[in-house]
Amino acid sequence: MAELTYPLSDGSRDAVLTASGRPVSAITLEAVLAGEIGETDVRIAGETLLLQADFAERGGNRQLAENLRRGAELVAFSDDELLVFYEKLRPGRSTAAELDELAESLAAREAERCAALVREARAAYVRRGLIA
Amino acid sequence: MSATDREAGSLRSAYYATRPISRDNLVPEDPALGLIAFSSPFDPAPSIRIEEGRVVELDGKAEADFDLIDEFIARHGIDVSAAEEAMALDTLAFARMLVDPGVPRREITRLVAGMTPAKIAETLALLTPVEILQAMQKMRVRRTPSIQAHVTNRVDHPLLIAADAAAAAALGFRELETTVPILRDAPSNALALLVGSQVAAAGALTQCSVEERLELELGMRGLTTYAETVSVYGTEQVFVDGDDTPWSKAFLASCYASRGLKMRFTSGSGAEVLMGASEGKSMLYLEARCIAVTRAAGSQGVQNGGIDGVNVTASVPDGMREVIAENLCVMMHDLESCTGNDTLMSASDIRRTAHTLPLLLAGSDFLFSGFGSIPAYDNAFGPSNFNAEDLEDYLVVQRDWGFEGGLRARNEAELLALRRRAAEACRAVFEELGLASFTDEDVDACVLAHGSLDVPELAPDLVPSAGERVMEGGVTVLDAVRALAEHGYEAEAERVVEMLRQRLLGDFLQTSAIFDEDMHVLSSLTDANDYAGPGSGYRMSHERRAEVAAVRQVWSPADLAAEQARAAGCLRLSELGPARVRVRPDEVVVGLSPAFAEELWAALSGMTVAEVLRQVLAGIEEEGVGSRLVRIRRSIDLGNIGWTAARLSGSGIGIGLQAKGTALIHRADLPPLGNLELFSIAPRVTPELYRALGRNAARYAKGAEAEPLLLPESSEPLGPRYHARVVAMVAVERRHSQPADPVELEASWPS
Repeated sequence: MAELTYPLSDGSRDAVLTASGRPVSAITLEAVLAGEIGETDVRIAGETLLLQADFAERGGNRQLAENLRRGAELVAFSDDELLVFYEKLRPGRSTAAELDELAESLAAREAERCAALVREARAAYVRRGLIA
Repeated sequence: MSATDREAGSLRSAYYATRPISRDNLVPEDPALGLIAFSSPFDPAPSIRIEEGRVVELDGKAEADFDLIDEFIARHGIDVSAAEEAMALDTLAFARMLVDPGVPRREITRLVAGMTPAKIAETLALLTPVEILQAMQKMRVRRTPSIQAHVTNRVDHPLLIAADAAAAAALGFRELETTVPILRDAPSNALALLVGSQVAAAGALTQCSVEERLELELGMRGLTTYAETVSVYGTEQVFVDGDDTPWSKAFLASCYASRGLKMRFTSGSGAEVLMGASEGKSMLYLEARCIAVTRAAGSQGVQNGGIDGVNVTASVPDGMREVIAENLCVMMHDLESCTGNDTLMSASDIRRTAHTLPLLLAGSDFLFSGFGSIPAYDNAFGPSNFNAEDLEDYLVVQRDWGFEGGLRARNEAELLALRRRAAEACRAVFEELGLASFTDEDVDACVLAHGSLDVPELAPDLVPSAGERVMEGGVTVLDAVRALAEHGYEAEAERVVEMLRQRLLGDFLQTSAIFDEDMHVLSSLTDANDYAGPGSGYRMSHERRAEVAAVRQVWSPADLAAEQARAAGCLRLSELGPARVRVRPDEVVVGLSPAFAEELWAALSGMTVAEVLRQVLAGIEEEGVGSRLVRIRRSIDLGNIGWTAARLSGSGIGIGLQAKGTALIHRADLPPLGNLELFSIAPRVTPELYRALGRNAARYAKGAEAEPLLLPESSEPLGPRYHARVVAMVAVERRHSQPADPVELEASWPS
């Protein structure tokens, strides 16, 4: 595949796939009306987020790139799972052990960057007294 | 009231007490409470220490003492490769680089990435307001400024939200934000907003600002396309009081990214003061920390510039300068700037305009993070600094200054058609999905409404139960698409699907991304601000300039013709031949301007020229003095017309009269541009005054005492109201003017 360039909407609609593996150009009104489009068909693919991360990094914003890469890791998680993880990271919600578990469960599903973020949070929360 | 009491206060100060500005409460600076805009004595001195690539000291604090915010910034927010160079720069020298259009934007963002909050706050404190604006013009991320609207109402009426969303998109707003008085209504609002937003044009982004968790869920279902109210704060205490930490917010940011949703954080000075935990730091320093956290978390942008705390910021000296400084701080971090102006910050129209105008001139990614597109009373965020009431003022100010304010006037017929389509589409979707049903009266009222006070009340549980059905029934954007298409709203359905595809492509996750109406993404990568001094950066196209110029108040010569035509023929003037000279000693000669009752028939006061002339002649007659009429064509100047008439008059007294209604009494031995009495303010002259003018001229002719004539008292500015007409009428007079001698006239008044 030729190297894709920003914006992806301009010329890469066939090459960019959704989380379910369909080309973005296949997400049409007709397909929606025919009942062919499900929830995962309208979820962005991790690969796309990684592409956008590269664009952001080349544009000079490595933190935005990092966030998009963390986002890419989270594509595989359900909405409910994400809402639960977010809740656990709020102040005073989790014990240190629970945050360790969260980090492990993220790492186990290849969300290494997110796991690192949680481990870092755990250390900071312990030091600042924000552990349940 | 005793005499002393009366002497204690002047009438002028009693008058000042009635001015709206008297209702604004200001406070003295108090650094201990955080009531200080810039440079608190408790602000740390800028510092950084890096060991083996790790930040071990930040703004005077050692690693072991870092609070959550320090630590997050140290770990994620500092580019250690630039930090030592950036922090070693002389602050004044850097401030000058920031303002200098010759120093590229890229160079500033590279250095800022290595700076600490205290260094940036210290830099911004050195700038005057105009220097801040000059820097903004260069530092804003997107070349093309844009604008966001609030679309809410006090009862969360879905059809009204849809109609107002359509109108807002038609006016040019590219992001539409709603919120709710009642949380259960939120899903209903989000859906109504989504439907309405796609009626007028493609590409407007929508959000529903509610509690973090629900907001995320609405986004995940595709009912919104961006989020903004992800709040961060500048002290650890307030951050935690807000029930988050920098890590939980960063994770939330990643959740949004994982679903292809655009997201920005919200901060804004004054919040820490309001929460009573500012640590004695200046507002700008705390805001610099918020923005550093935002950049560190990888959010693409920031909503700030006062926001809810703007009234606190506005209460201290230099508060408004602080607000634009914090907006600039966002731009320096290479983040999307969504620059406040969304809270009514004064009872004074002058003061609230003064808050907003500088930013409009400089430009930002979003000039308002919510211009109230609805009446102030319907703004569920609380009144914005500008609301629907102010829309036409805004359009005219945009035209006056030629800044890119993002909006355009639309005519009534266009807006009504769009509002109807939106309300009907929203009704169809709600009914199709079994959320709620509405009557034709509901639709009709929402189309025509100024605000929610103009629409029939809905059953109290209608909106909350619609909201609950959205949540329980798992309604997603796909359901909305189907409902739209099945009820004949294919164009809107197609636009929503394109928005879905855009979410799958992710282009709008880049900094400062918006869509234009042709669905081109404008972002830091496609529409980078390239301002480098005069002749560079954003400039309006000719088409856009014409659009900005076309406001409703524009008044053309064709409008003059139509206005004059209504009185045409009210007076007939027959030419009798060359004007006679000094026919009798007890006469007043009335000189008429070239186009008087030829092409101009109505004076500025609204009186016909027939009525003006009839009154003047009646006044002369009341004093038993004779009158004659002459047409003066050689000059359109009132003094000259009156003087020429006076020289033809047997008494030496003449009256000059222009079609617009200005009038004077002249005497033959005065210089041509002198006069005895003058009505220069034609719009305010009454029939009685024209009659009195005639009487006075007759008294001068007899050698009797004249009566003093006073125009009615008024402070209405007449220039803005009449100037366009005056220019057009003078042009007509000029066209009728020619080098010809005065002509004797006879008047008749057709009945």
